[in-house]
Amino acid sequence: MIPKVDTLLDHMTGALTDLIRERGLEDPLMVGIHTGGVWVARELHRRLGLPGRLGELDISFYRDDFSRIGMHPQVKPSNLPFSLDDAHIILVDDVLYTGRTIRAAMNELFDFGRPASITLAVLVERGGRELPIEAQVVGARLDPGPQEQIKLSGPEPLELTLVRTEDTA
Amino acid sequence: MTLHYPAPGASPASIQITREGRLKHFLTIEGLNRALITEILDTAESFASMNDQSVKKVPLLRGKTVINLFFEASTRTRTTFELAAKRLSADVLNINIGQSSAVKGESLLDTLRNLEAMYCDMFIVRHADSGASQFIAHHVAPHISVLNAGDGRHAHPTQAMLDMFTIRRHKGDFTKLRVAIVGDILHSRVARSQIHALNILNTGEVRVIAPKTLLPAEVEKLGVHVFHDLEQGLRDVDVVIMLRLQKERMQGALLPSEHEYFQLYGLTEERLKVAAPDAIVMHPGPANRGVEISSRVADGPRSVILEQVTNGIAVRMAIMSMVMGANPGGAA
Repeated sequence: MIPKVDTLLDHMTGALTDLIRERGLEDPLMVGIHTGGVWVARELHRRLGLPGRLGELDISFYRDDFSRIGMHPQVKPSNLPFSLDDAHIILVDDVLYTGRTIRAAMNELFDFGRPASITLAVLVERGGRELPIEAQVVGARLDPGPQEQIKLSGPEPLELTLVRTEDTA
Repeated sequence: MTLHYPAPGASPASIQITREGRLKHFLTIEGLNRALITEILDTAESFASMNDQSVKKVPLLRGKTVINLFFEASTRTRTTFELAAKRLSADVLNINIGQSSAVKGESLLDTLRNLEAMYCDMFIVRHADSGASQFIAHHVAPHISVLNAGDGRHAHPTQAMLDMFTIRRHKGDFTKLRVAIVGDILHSRVARSQIHALNILNTGEVRVIAPKTLLPAEVEKLGVHVFHDLEQGLRDVDVVIMLRLQKERMQGALLPSEHEYFQLYGLTEERLKVAAPDAIVMHPGPANRGVEISSRVADGPRSVILEQVTNGIAVRMAIMSMVMGANPGGAA
């Protein structure tokens, strides 16, 4: 059963509020990873009523599979309209799977500055990690079959679907 | 998304596109389609945003070796290519081969073989002979990409791309634009590449303004409107591209004198008044001040000449990373 995105966002908002308070994260800055992560971050940013602008990250230039598959054809500019130095960053993505995207995103963030901390929030996580990376806030855990991909479509409405890998171009 | 580009054939452009439709070499604008040109501009836009990073470097081409192979002098083009390669984390080697030593045929191939033996991945080539980079692209090892940094009078495609990038950043939609290219069209590889790019992007109107002696035969066939009078040609244009008077390429009496040329075709603030009020002025550099352009215009508020230089870095990064990405499993 695929959960409703809205329910997951409500859950994440609550968890993030607790976490920000418990850890004493002052003025956290939110950064979404293109494309799905930005959609999720936009919602969380609004629900949490965070003051600063939302940052957007495109990790195409930091991927580890460039020499194998080449440049992503629709790379978007990264836009971080704030200084990262000594800031608490909440990094948001749609699906956490191998962990490679988050590795690339953290490398890129450090080329912009030295944050005080990075917290990872994802809408969905699934098994299959290839790197020692875990999320602090998770909307839901799903375990689809090995031939299936979790896909977030959006931005309006946000919807999770399972796609068979052969079907994706 | 899979993009499809023209099928391979006898056209000079075919060698630069792989069967999968990816950019393998970058030799000429001719034969490229709008989707690919737009993809280059979009990718360059992302690289331009890198200027906000405190570490202005990405690891994309880490471990790749880029060779700047310049058979003809250049400062701007060579340095921006070098900087672009370094910001992509590639290793760069500059090789300047004297203009006087006519490097042709076998000796050029010898040079190539030697460089290939050093495990390099990309050649950036500038040469005084038209078609030189194409010749090199035909003869290099399959994992190597060749980028044309100017060949004779033929093409200077990365310059044309950075000009399109600069125009798009200022003006957006090309279909509504009037663009005038002024000056020595005959000797200009820049103009030729610009005209192809502007036409592929469906530019509203492309004009060339020059004396008859500085226009190639049948220039109208390139899809441009020809003007011999500067003021008529500049009327209502949105973009003015001035060309450098190529004194070193000039043989015989094509021009009366530089002074007289400035009287007739030099861009001054006064003459610019007939263009659109928000028209921008471009020049590929280096400008001959007082010959094709007055210093007041070159340094004035309409001038985007230095922006062109800055944009050259992002555009060249985009093209370099796209051709390297077309070599999956290439030189490991």
